[in-house]
Formats: sequence, C-alpha cells, structure tokens
Amino acid sequence: MALREHYRIINSNKLSQFGFWVIILFTLVAIFAPWIAPHDPWEMTYDSNGNFASLRPPSWEFPMGTTHLGYDLFSQLILATRTTLLIGVVSGFISIVIGANVGLIAGYYGGKIDEVLMRITDILYGMPFLPFIIVLIALFGRQLEFIILAIVLIIWRTSARVIRAQAMSIKQRQYIQMAKARGASDLRIIYRHILPNVLPLLLLYAAFNIAWSIITEASASFLGFGDGETVSWGGMLYELWLSGKTRVAWWWFASPSVCIILLVTSLVFVSRAYEEVANPRLRKR
Amino acid sequence: MTEINKDPLLSVRNLGVVYETSQGPVHAVTDVSFDVQENEVFGIAGESGCGKSTLIKALLRLLPDNGVATADRCDYRGSALMKMEGEAFRKEILWQEISMVPQSAMASFNPVYRVGDQVVESIQTHRKASRAEALERASELFDVVGLEPGLLKSYPHEFSGGMRQRAMIAMALSLDPGLIIMDEPTTGLDVLVQERILRRIREIRAELKSSIILITHDIAVIAEMSDRIAIMYGGEIMEQASTIELFENPHHPYTLGLKNAFPSITTMGTELISIPGSPPTLIGPVQSCPFAPRCPFDDAACHAANPAATEIAAGHVVRCVNYENSAQFRSLAKEKSTWLS
Repeated sequence: MALREHYRIINSNKLSQFGFWVIILFTLVAIFAPWIAPHDPWEMTYDSNGNFASLRPPSWEFPMGTTHLGYDLFSQLILATRTTLLIGVVSGFISIVIGANVGLIAGYYGGKIDEVLMRITDILYGMPFLPFIIVLIALFGRQLEFIILAIVLIIWRTSARVIRAQAMSIKQRQYIQMAKARGASDLRIIYRHILPNVLPLLLLYAAFNIAWSIITEASASFLGFGDGETVSWGGMLYELWLSGKTRVAWWWFASPSVCIILLVTSLVFVSRAYEEVANPRLRKR
Repeated sequence: MTEINKDPLLSVRNLGVVYETSQGPVHAVTDVSFDVQENEVFGIAGESGCGKSTLIKALLRLLPDNGVATADRCDYRGSALMKMEGEAFRKEILWQEISMVPQSAMASFNPVYRVGDQVVESIQTHRKASRAEALERASELFDVVGLEPGLLKSYPHEFSGGMRQRAMIAMALSLDPGLIIMDEPTTGLDVLVQERILRRIREIRAELKSSIILITHDIAVIAEMSDRIAIMYGGEIMEQASTIELFENPHHPYTLGLKNAFPSITTMGTELISIPGSPPTLIGPVQSCPFAPRCPFDDAACHAANPAATEIAAGHVVRCVNYENSAQFRSLAKEKSTWLS
C-alpha cells in the first residue's frame, strides 16, 4: 500500500487520528528520553530548599510527584516509555512475522502441513497466558530478551489463525489459480500473490500484537517478573506495591496507569481504522 | 479414430476425472478422447456442468485436492503430460507450451498489481529477460490485441470487461505457446465486444500458428471459430466431428437437441425447442448413457449400458447405440412434440 493510502486510513476518523498522534508523541519521548528526563530514575532528589523530596505530590518542581525514596516519577515515566515501546514494537513485530508465515503456509498448503501447524497453535491456546510467561521468565531470567521471547512465543497464535483463514479464502480466488496456470512457484504465490492481499489484516494484527505485548509486559512487571535493570510502567506499579504506599500516593499509580491505558487504546483506535479496510462491513454507510 | 495428421499436437485418450465428495465419487469427466492438430481450433461445447472446465483443469493440473485425473494417454508433442515431474511440468509446460484464457477475466488479475507487471511476471517466470525487455514484449502483445501499451501501467480495476479479456489474451500469448486453452473467452461481454475479440483471436491464430482449444456453451461462437467440434454431455464426449460434418450430418440426439435450441437466420420467427429435464448429477459409476433420461429416442439398450464411442466416418465419432437411425432422428427432432413426450 502506498503511503498516501495509510494517510487516508489514519485520517478516516477522529479517534484513529488521535491515536496516531499519541503514538507519535510516545515514540518521540522514547527516542529522546535521556535528554528529556530531568533526573536519573534512581536518583534521590532534594527540593529547592534542600529537603529530601520523599512522597511529594505533583508540583512545579516534581511534575508527577516522587516516590518514598525520593525518585522523580516524571523521569521514571519518560525512561519507562522507552522500555515499554521497545518491548511492544519488537515483540509485536516478531510475533506478526511468525504468525503471518505460519498462517500463510498452513492456509496455502492445507493437508498435513496445516494439521501440524494448527495443532501447535491449539496447544499454545491451551497455555494460560500469564503463568506461562512467569514460568519462562523464572526459568531463563529477568532480562529484557527473555521477556520479549516469552511474549512472542504466546502472542503469535491469534495472528496465525486469522491469517490462515484469510489465506485459505484468497487461495480459492481465480487470480491465484491463474498464477498457478502461469507456472508461478508455491513460494511466489504465497509471498507475491497472497501476502499483499492479506496486508490490511496483517497491519491490524500487528497493532493488536503490540498492544497485547505492552499489557503483558506491564502485568508481568507488576507481578515482579520485569527486568530489574530498567524502569517500565508495570515496574513502577510494582515498586509502589512493594512500598505499601498505595493508599497514600495516588500520583504514584496515576501516571503509569494513564500511560498504559493511553498507549494501548491509541493502538486499538489506529488498528480499528485498519480493521475497516480489512472488513468493509464495519464501514459507515 | 483416424488421425488426419499422424502427429497431433495434443493427443488425449480415455481421460477421466473423479472428485471424491461426501456423497460419493463424482465422475465429472469419463472416457474422453480427442486430438488437437497443429494450428487448429478445437471447440468443446456443452451446457454448464458437463465437465468442460474440469477437463482443462485436469490438463493443466489445476484440479482441487479432491480431484483425481487418469488417462491412458495424454501426450503433448510426444511428452506424456500426466507422467511429468511437478517442477518440470510447471517450468516447461505451463504457459510456455500450454497457456489459457480463463472463464472470467474479470477476476483473473491480482487486484494489487498493475496489469503490465503481471504480464512481465509471466514472462520472467519462464524466460531470462530483463524487466525492460519483458515490458517491451508486453507492449508488443498489447498492440497485438488492440490495447494501448500505456495501459500496462493501469490496475485491473481500471479496465473494462472487454479490456481485461484482451489483456488476458495478450498474457496468454506472451511466450508463444503451442496451445492456448480459451475457457468461455467471450462470456459476459456484449455482442460488439464479443465480435471484436473473436476477430482478434482469428487474426492471432493466422499470425502465430498456435492451436486453440475453445470451450464455450455458445454454439454460434463455436460454429464460427472451430475447425472441429466435440459436444460434451455428462462428462463424456457425445459426438465429435469437423464443424461442417457436425452441423450437416449430426448423429447424436443431444447434438440435434442443441441445434434446435439455437436460433438461426433461416428459422427466424419460429419458436426455439429446448431439451426438457436437467443434466445428470454424475454421482456414482456411469451405468447407462448419461443422456438417456432426457433423450426422446431412448430404448432399453440405452439404459442397460453406457454406449461405446463409434467412429462412423473419418474423424466423426458418436457415442450412441442407435446412431444408425440418425436419419429418422433428424427429421423427428425438428418437431416440438418429439421433445415434449
């Protein structure tokens, strides 16, 4: 699809426009995080009077307040954006690549290949999401790579199924038959003829996968299975839980929660616009 | 069967196609034998569901997974098509030697690519050619079918039905194949466009010396275009002869019925006679003449066994037990009451 086409899809309604700009904003924050953040995320801060800034509500000096150890929440939030987006984009991308390939191959070849690949996805459907990720992280460690791996291993299953269904339907179209009659190889038919026709669906699920990865990372971090070396939105909530100040410091849970909700809903809004392309019945008449 | 030429381009003997379905095996094509000579237009006519399209799908290995084709012989220029390795068949036969113009050109272009790119693709799959060379060839071909070469840059949805059909023919010509299979090339087009495309096909045939298998349910088109005609019914070839022979000396009751159902200039104003009933379902083994239930001249022998094909004159093959009575059939078939009883 041409860039102009994407521009038209995103501008097709107010919500997706809003979502698009929120995503751009978060991306900019993630890229320039170290330059925007006024403090180090784990630096004990002092106010202008030289007093230790512990559990301060939002003010001009600390726009999002501080933790009980005097960490600046605004700085933490900005650096956490980087971690969250990185995990979201990387695991969203890898999972859609796996899901698209499994779906296209299963849908195109059918028969035994389809059977084997779909039984594997069925097994993954049988896995409870969070416990599986917690076990994986407990086994391999709390590094970022393993968190991404754990999310990817689970999340590709839905995209694989949906793309398989679409591939099966497109495979029956006359132009695929004609491509075969013209002597096109199987790989050529799959990647040159079927793939471009499932692209809107693919982008839709890419957005879903990113949103799900972000939520999953936040949930895992909140339960204490995040990477201890980096700040993330879920990790900030976990710290709050550990400090036992949940009922006192409303600002501490407000900002990371709002960020999670804002980013995930923005992704959903944008993906909704793509869903209308993939499924014209949703379009307004 | 007498061969007019000792080396036909395509020679098919006893081709059968069976689809496995939940209701049992469907014998879509049974015992089909024919030859296509070099530079000949071979017409296959028959009503919907008579196995015309299944026949060509079997030749091009495009049958769905539940379809199985068998043949005693299926030779193209001496090589046995059915026995070829899949990769070799794809690279050496498909499009290179046998290309096709499909039933609905409307849906036969991938909507996401420019028409020109799809012609280029079919050239580059089989020949080592740069993109520029392939495009050059594509614009030549567009010229041949009477399309502006600038249209190569358009997307399929920007084409009208007739343009797409012509683009499809251009694509089928791209590698100078020995045989072009045209499956209902003019169906769904208005008569003017139809005429233009048929004229184009005739010119192409004269210039390029390709053979054509023309499949249609339109007797008028087939009579105009073909050198020889096969009439199919219920998955079998009922009668096969040269065009003139078939129209002047038809033997099979089904051929007579089909002739009745089409208007001709000499019988203008008279009511057309149709054949009552509907085609057989083809489920299960064939144990009688498939046309017997609708045939006005059927007797016990017709229902007892499937008649064998008999060659009654050079190149004229009929599959009817009572072919000897055809003179009587011909006069009776002109009466409407014959078909209604």
